[in-house]
Amino acid sequence: MTRVLNAFNHPATLLVLLGLAIGFPFVAGNEYQVYVMALAFVWAIAVYGLNIITGYCGQLNLAHGGFFAIGAYAVAILTADHGWNFWAAFAMAGVFGALFGLIVGAVSLRLKEHYFAIFTLCVGFIIYMLLDKWEALTHGPLGIISIAPPDGFGVVDFTQTRPFYYLVLGCLCAAVFFTRRLSNSLLGRTFRAIRISDDLAQSLGINLMRNKILAFVISTVYAALAGGLYSGVVRFIGPDIGNFMHTFDMIAYLLVGGIGTLMGPVIGTLIITWLTQAVQSLEEYRMIVFGPLLVVLVIFFPKGIAGSFQAWRARRNATARVSNETGRTPPSQADTSETAQPSATTSASAPTGHGTRGHSNA
Amino acid sequence: MDALLQQLLNGLTLGSIYGLVALGLTLVYGILHVPNFAHGALYMIGAYVAYYVAGELGASYWLAMIAAAIIVAALAVACERLVFHPLRHAPPIHDKIAAIGLLLFFEAVVQMYWGADFRRLEAPSSSIFYFAGLTLPAQRVLIIVAAFALMGALHLYLKKTLAGSTIIAMAQNREGAFLVGINANRVAMMTFAISGALAAVASTLFAPINLVYPAMGHLVLLKAFVIIILGGMGSIPGAIVGGLIIGFAEALGGFYISGDYKDIIAFALLVAILSIKPTGLFSQGVR
Repeated sequence: MTRVLNAFNHPATLLVLLGLAIGFPFVAGNEYQVYVMALAFVWAIAVYGLNIITGYCGQLNLAHGGFFAIGAYAVAILTADHGWNFWAAFAMAGVFGALFGLIVGAVSLRLKEHYFAIFTLCVGFIIYMLLDKWEALTHGPLGIISIAPPDGFGVVDFTQTRPFYYLVLGCLCAAVFFTRRLSNSLLGRTFRAIRISDDLAQSLGINLMRNKILAFVISTVYAALAGGLYSGVVRFIGPDIGNFMHTFDMIAYLLVGGIGTLMGPVIGTLIITWLTQAVQSLEEYRMIVFGPLLVVLVIFFPKGIAGSFQAWRARRNATARVSNETGRTPPSQADTSETAQPSATTSASAPTGHGTRGHSNA
Repeated sequence: MDALLQQLLNGLTLGSIYGLVALGLTLVYGILHVPNFAHGALYMIGAYVAYYVAGELGASYWLAMIAAAIIVAALAVACERLVFHPLRHAPPIHDKIAAIGLLLFFEAVVQMYWGADFRRLEAPSSSIFYFAGLTLPAQRVLIIVAAFALMGALHLYLKKTLAGSTIIAMAQNREGAFLVGINANRVAMMTFAISGALAAVASTLFAPINLVYPAMGHLVLLKAFVIIILGGMGSIPGAIVGGLIIGFAEALGGFYISGDYKDIIAFALLVAILSIKPTGLFSQGVR
């Protein structure tokens, strides 16, 4: 089903997108645009993490920006204060992300829905407060300067924008590839089952707690690694990186692109980043536009760009099939989200597709 | 000993404010089952309206408080109509995201008009009472008296009037309330209006002690959430008791442990309590 319906997931489309991304520095007008694009990719990686816990698993994690900050600070502190090499610090950022994710997840995931959202909001705030107040470790409000850039290999020098751009692009591709594998695996479908209904998933024999924690840890590792890259490219960070605003930005990217879709995070991140760049004065007051935009999106287009496109394709293909094979009843028009595809017509052609979870209409 | 009493008094002041904010939050949660993240913005707007009316138009403090209550109540009703009502059947993540969108939107608008500067709202009376070795600024007395008067009034309204009982009925059992002919839209709008007015009054009371700035709602909102989780979401006595617990914990913790980290105390308490008892202190069963 994914192969038939989801053009964004199609390998050819992905290759074209990758080709465009590889060619971008050669058509970009100046170095600055490449830099902006690299930063957007960094955020997109973090948004992929958010997509796993919130989009696939259905738990709104409001501490995601906090884990991004943990990764950023791990790299900053280890390289600037302890003289570590960037790659070792980068790996440690992932380890810290997993460790804190495990601890926070083990406590917070015992809570459901609103309690979980509020709890993680508080966790995010605690992280921000600690970054701001724990001066001995984080240098407090002054922030950390002179963070080491990634060490180059031979002639490749990551202090320059272009090589770094390709480094980040490579990481983004790895993130997309891993998400794609995860999404098509049994684990990915387990996460979706949990999103659709805790009780239903449990009755299928899914261990809720273990799977939720796994999703949470995967998402925090994404966030922490993205944070580590952020430190490497910006080379200066302050406690503001832990501000709640960044979590909100990521939610906006995810919603615009399409929550719970494969290409949604990168689409949303790029669109909003470049829109914000196009209207520079928007930067400070972007929430005047983003706030209502989010409200309108969740009310009228809850599936975002990638999700709406998928739904449109699904409807079109479904009606085409119905007209070909007369006698079949047309599938419900309303339930064309990724998890609730009209399985009757599609599961036969792609037994591993998501459509096999026909019970999701419940 | 005097220091302890003084801190208890400060805790009572803080607790009264937190209690008022948490009451509005818990009322809305009881009716709509939405954690209204925009509540912090309503609190902040209340302070700015009061600042505008009293500081820039030169009206009296009391008039400013009434204006703030009315305007914020209207704003809260508008939020309910335009945002939460259309989302009432949406998946649970959506209304939370919409509420966060509202919060940041209001903040950005206020920041555009007034800037990020800290502003001061003059207290109606600057006299200070001295009583048995305690220092009692008039504003703190006013906060405590006004907050408890409001809580009493709210209690009477909910228990003794027909309109109030419809709110309780709908919080207790939605379908049952529909069956006896309660208008859900009216109840929802009324609840939002009350919650907005409470937030505005709380911020107007607190503004002369604290300062007025666009992000002033963040911490208060988070603490109000901690409070209603402690007290059980939707529970009215829980919000008042929880408010006092957090108020005392913060005043005493800030004094005896560390002033720098006093804002973390509430969250540390929440983490500790939820780690042991995931449904909150006073709640019965998972909602």
